[in-house]
Amino acid sequence: MNQMLRFCLLIASLALLATAPARAEDGPKRVVALGSEITEIVDALGETKRLVGRDSTSLYPPEVTALPDVGYVRQLGAEGVLSLRPDLILASATAGPPEVLAQIRSAGVPIVQLSEAFTLDSLLKKVADIAKALQVEARGAELSEKLRRDTQEAEAAVAKMEGHPKVLFIIAAAGGAPMAAGRQTGADAMIALAGGENVFAEHTGYKAVSLEAAAAAAPDAIAMMAHTLDNMGGATGVATNPALKLTPAAKTRRIVAREGGYLLAFGPRLPQAITDFAKAIRSEAAQ
Amino acid sequence: MTSAAGVRTEPPTLAELRAAQDRSRRVLLAVLLVGMVAAAIAELVIGPAKISVYDALMALWPSSEPATQASEIVQAIRLPRLLLALCVGATLGVCGAALQGLFRNPLADPTIIGVSGGGVLGAGLVIVAGKTLAPGFLAVAGLFALPLGAFAGSMIAIIAVYGMSRISGLASGSALILAGIAINAICDGALGYLNFIAFDDQLRELVFWRLGSLGRVTWTSLPPAAVLMVISVLLMLRVAPSLNVYLLGEREAVHLGVNVERMKRVIILLVALGVGSAVALTGLIGFIGLAAPHIIRLFAGADHRIVLPGSALLGALLILCADLIARTAVAPAELPIGLLTSALGGPFFLWMLMRYRRELF
Repeated sequence: MNQMLRFCLLIASLALLATAPARAEDGPKRVVALGSEITEIVDALGETKRLVGRDSTSLYPPEVTALPDVGYVRQLGAEGVLSLRPDLILASATAGPPEVLAQIRSAGVPIVQLSEAFTLDSLLKKVADIAKALQVEARGAELSEKLRRDTQEAEAAVAKMEGHPKVLFIIAAAGGAPMAAGRQTGADAMIALAGGENVFAEHTGYKAVSLEAAAAAAPDAIAMMAHTLDNMGGATGVATNPALKLTPAAKTRRIVAREGGYLLAFGPRLPQAITDFAKAIRSEAAQ
Repeated sequence: MTSAAGVRTEPPTLAELRAAQDRSRRVLLAVLLVGMVAAAIAELVIGPAKISVYDALMALWPSSEPATQASEIVQAIRLPRLLLALCVGATLGVCGAALQGLFRNPLADPTIIGVSGGGVLGAGLVIVAGKTLAPGFLAVAGLFALPLGAFAGSMIAIIAVYGMSRISGLASGSALILAGIAINAICDGALGYLNFIAFDDQLRELVFWRLGSLGRVTWTSLPPAAVLMVISVLLMLRVAPSLNVYLLGEREAVHLGVNVERMKRVIILLVALGVGSAVALTGLIGFIGLAAPHIIRLFAGADHRIVLPGSALLGALLILCADLIARTAVAPAELPIGLLTSALGGPFFLWMLMRYRRELF
């Protein structure tokens, strides 16, 4: 009888343990984040302390730059990542090459690879998946709710703004032909969310273009990543570029440059990015 | 034959000279082998992940103990990478030596005369156009698709270079290098076009081919290409005696009973096979095929019976050393190895140009 009672108590306590809510200290403790938006989501969940490594595109928030850098997100090395002794790897859809991810998996480290589309839903799914992997689902739900609300507010604000400015988005101009963003790109999605019109919508992906063709589309605003602006000689360089100087954008100096991870990665700063970009392509005049 | 004081009184006989030469060659090969084995062990025990020498070596023995992360790293990442480095280094070394013999030109090298570039283009075509133009080929060839595509590209490039050299006697002299520049330019242009039409994921693949890295090999992708490379190296070693006679001149070789046309075809085929397979797994790794044979010749002369095996060992040794730097210099990130071999090989090529300037221009 006594033994029976003890056994029942043991079972009951085991059951209690199993159903006890996971605490924040549970779950993976050494996480490597691959992809700027992944790192930002981990940070927005308040779990930066669990990160032991990041890729070279993860530059926000600034304190993560102190973490070891495992290289460019698309050119990873398996052993470098493993040398950080991670117990979980959160990888964006762009992380690779796939063989390297396979090597990491075969060394017994779980990889959660997150799907990617340039939409709010995709961001919310990433938040949910990462919160689940870190076992902080409750905080994930809070963050999702906040992001949904803020994004809807941003979209509502954009809807009230006037006009649909034509936007040319230049992605890289160092040394070669400039690449413009076509459909199915983060830039195209951001232009749409900001109520603009992409002048290169007949192309898919990032394509090399002649600036003359771009100028013929008479963009009202020219947008690019911050480092591209430096490569093109700053706002003055863009505005005085022979091919671009006759465009409305150059005349009004409406040249918008933002960090890529902020504007194009569709991370947790999406609501701010939408409002900011929508205002910038309508009114910003570069110095 | 020597006096009691150890002073020669007679000239050495031919047999004696042979014996002395054989001895020094054996010493050279032994030194290279020891160096290569040491570098191979270093590849296994040194890396961004801190693993003790004992743990790393014990991971190679099959054991019933549960796998640790250290043993997994050694087995799944370092060991296939080591085997790939050995195959690729030996292949590039031997193919460089054979091409220099075939063209009788000290500057012939798979990357310089465009054989590697052709391979990269072939692999690029498989990646970008394969799915749309020849899905049947991909389905049948499977893991061999990339090596075969690279092989075909290398083959076309080397035949083009060789054909040009036949037409105008380009082989000896700077003209061979100019032909290589042309082939490389054509391949680069075609690759640029592939870049332009490629989708994003294919684009990432193409970038890899141009940079060169040993980091992507897995146990599934290694065997097909490795088998082709080993075949290429082993068969090439057997061409050494014919290449020695060919060194005297084409007509002389024919008179001495060498089937010159057959020898050329064999070399061309084996170079395309070896370089194509290497490129398929690693992308562009330059200058190993140039440097390895020359260093061997500096020490042991032009006899292909020593230059070919010596270049294989030295090629593997050089690749292993470069990879060690690539893996550890910026850890936990990784440098592309092609970048390192080019950084070291470029100056070496310039030095070669200065050294052979009289013969070339």
